[in-house]
Amino acid sequence: MEVRKRNKILLALFFAVLLATPLILSNYEQWTGRSGLALDRQNALDQYGFYLEDVTEEWGVDFVHRAPSLDKQLDHIMPQIASVGASVSVADFNNDGLQDFYVTNSARGTSNALYKNLGDGQFEDVAGAMGVAGVNTAETGVSMSSVWADYDNDGYEDLLVVKWGKPLLFHNDEGEGFSRVSLGPEFPEWINSNTAVWFDYDQDGLLDLFMGGYFHESINLWDLETTEIMPESFEYAQNGGRKFLFHNLGNGKFEEVSDELGLVSNRWSYAAASADVDGSGYPDLVIANDYGVDELFLNRQGRGFVNAGEKAGMGFAPKSGMNVSFGDVMNRGELSIYVTNISEPGVLIQGNNLWVPTSGNSGGLSFRNLAGNFGVEVGGWSYGAQFGDLNLDGYLDLYVANGYVSARKGTDYWYDFSKVAGGNQTIISNAKNWPDMEGRSLSGYQENKIWLNDGAGKFREVAGAVGGSLELDSRAVAMADLNNDGTLEVLVATQKGPLKIYRTVAREGHSWISFRLEGVESNRSAIGARVEVVWDGNRQVQVVQSASGFSAQNQRELHFGLGRSEQVDHAVIAWPSGKTDTLEQPETGQTHLIKETKKQS
Amino acid sequence: MNGLGTLTTKLKGLSYSHKYTPPLLITGILLAAHLSFGILESYPKLITAITASFATELVLHRLIVGTWRDLSSAYISGISVGILIRSPQLWPFALCAMISIASKYVLRYKGRHIWNPSNFGVVMMLLLAPQSVAVLSIQWGNNMWAMLIIWVVGSISIYRLRRFHICATYVISFLAFALVRSWMTGDPYIAEIAPITGPMYQLFIFFMITDPKTTVQSKWGQYIVIVLIAFVEMILRINEAVYAPFYALFIVGPIAMAAELWYKDRHRDHSEVPNQHS
Repeated sequence: MEVRKRNKILLALFFAVLLATPLILSNYEQWTGRSGLALDRQNALDQYGFYLEDVTEEWGVDFVHRAPSLDKQLDHIMPQIASVGASVSVADFNNDGLQDFYVTNSARGTSNALYKNLGDGQFEDVAGAMGVAGVNTAETGVSMSSVWADYDNDGYEDLLVVKWGKPLLFHNDEGEGFSRVSLGPEFPEWINSNTAVWFDYDQDGLLDLFMGGYFHESINLWDLETTEIMPESFEYAQNGGRKFLFHNLGNGKFEEVSDELGLVSNRWSYAAASADVDGSGYPDLVIANDYGVDELFLNRQGRGFVNAGEKAGMGFAPKSGMNVSFGDVMNRGELSIYVTNISEPGVLIQGNNLWVPTSGNSGGLSFRNLAGNFGVEVGGWSYGAQFGDLNLDGYLDLYVANGYVSARKGTDYWYDFSKVAGGNQTIISNAKNWPDMEGRSLSGYQENKIWLNDGAGKFREVAGAVGGSLELDSRAVAMADLNNDGTLEVLVATQKGPLKIYRTVAREGHSWISFRLEGVESNRSAIGARVEVVWDGNRQVQVVQSASGFSAQNQRELHFGLGRSEQVDHAVIAWPSGKTDTLEQPETGQTHLIKETKKQS
Repeated sequence: MNGLGTLTTKLKGLSYSHKYTPPLLITGILLAAHLSFGILESYPKLITAITASFATELVLHRLIVGTWRDLSSAYISGISVGILIRSPQLWPFALCAMISIASKYVLRYKGRHIWNPSNFGVVMMLLLAPQSVAVLSIQWGNNMWAMLIIWVVGSISIYRLRRFHICATYVISFLAFALVRSWMTGDPYIAEIAPITGPMYQLFIFFMITDPKTTVQSKWGQYIVIVLIAFVEMILRINEAVYAPFYALFIVGPIAMAAELWYKDRHRDHSEVPNQHS
């Protein structure tokens, strides 16, 4: 009898411990005071090595995004359909050594803005004068993002505006203005696209262009013929827009080759980025798809693409992909891939993906999602993300934008959303079946995350403690050294909200180095070039990219924090042409302008 | 020939117990869904849930009852947790399975456990760890056929277990109350019935509300309890509870069980009193 009684007490205790465990695990950080710290600049410098300061107004930037107003048949769910379009892309368009940036608007009749860096801590919107402002029209649709690259190798970055409509390419006339390039018949008249990537897939020295569709290209969202425009499944949809791959023929003309090269998919592409992830010497393509799996298209010597996502371990668990960014998170000389998804407590916990390359059993390319291990898994309704060394400690940190629809506070559309999202395709795919949002929020008022890399395989969330809290519906994130002080500023484009610029102030004593590359045999923008910096027992790899994140582009210069080291052992530049240049002990604390050396004949 | 004869004799000697139908059914559903759409995000999560379920069942049964227990029930709980729980982390799968099994031994009334184990586990996780856990609420794949096959196979299997009337009553009640909800909220009727087309409801209907151990015994009682569950679910849905069916069963199920046990106990006491006098 005594034994039975004792066992029952043990059982009750065991049960109590089980029930207490999730509470403890979920609230550990809060109880130990590891989150929700308020900003104290000196403390932030001491503890984290940097703080952020909102300088948007001070630097003369007053851009506010406006969302599109679509067909009236979508009025009841307009905020969730017209939920994207705020973008930011950085480039030095006039080659004055100062980073400028282009931001998009998405309502008909509104203007995009090109903020020219005046170099005195001020920016001026020159989009109107340069001819790239008034691009949001009934005839050509509205802007969703933009991406810079020197497609004709004339030394100036040209501008592609990605639209729900007709894509527009603007040639940069030596930094004095832009002229619209007549795209040939190979370009679609209409594509509902949010992402485009300039990359030289065949390494011929000319940048080619990838564009991914979101809504199917047959749909004009301002004039619907049917309300069956929604995804056929919340995680298995393949009724989105098609992919386009435009091969640059070098004479201002492009040839569409997606079918021929195997780049075929109708998933709902939200973001894409390119880097050589398998070491083949050719740039591959990673696509984050909403309502489905991430896709990895491996480049086969420029002659075709193989959809290798599933084989590599990436294309298995379907989520709501919104972002692709590359980062050497462990300073191992390998690029990991960060894809954002949706996490809403108690409703939908997809978790973001950090695809870390691993040695597969077969020796082939293999990735494992280690977002949980690194502590960068649960963001919110996440969109753009970028890696960058904010505190210059030698490890890449991570900024993640969150928040879907912030409407009336205290309201929530999640219940109705989940009701239909769980329905069969005949229900979910028809917009008229979706309940009226009635001004309710949906994963709104979420804070962006700033995850600080400790270099030992863990990231720590510090947004509040370093002054980076932002509760607006953030979309695109870009990083660039706007004031040439050696630290990366953070630009955040918010939906139906202001563009925000955060100046970074880093603790003294940490060093940095950056590289501005210019291709000769390779494309002049050097997109695809890989730089490995080796210092003080560390090595880190970065790749020059066009698009990165969600509807965003970072500065083209590659920026490395070096911690307390004053010296770099060497930097190895692997150009897309296959040529390699090595810099021995390059000076720290400066930007190196490196031109590709010609191959020895 | 002799060998074949021996095999036939051996097969004749085997008997099939209906208690294996639910485990086989849920395994079939899982396999079909996974092979068609790859619904399992990772094998380790499912294996973790089943292993934790087995281990908890074995240890607790040995500790409390003193014997080893058949694991078919733990298997259903483990596999249900493995499918229903959605979390990028591994620990919720183990913890939910352990809570589910442990609840059978702790939360008892008049010698019976009164909560469906996996229902209890899932609800506890939703209440205690919403930052880490959600529940399966999306479709497997994007075509109607997979859903229809699961409904048909599931219905036939449940019919053979003589519990189809429970499923049918629930579905009819859900559809009727959806009409009421649609009328009250103004949302399209098809939006109100959308959730029942998903796999979450298939698991809920075939494996939770029909659980013989945690449903009342009288047939009329079963009808009434199921309608009550659907009614409470409607109330919860009107109040925008995303996982309303689980909460409804969590509330109504044990109350009904306790009421029936209490009534039977009292009835037995009453019927025994005259005998004592006689």
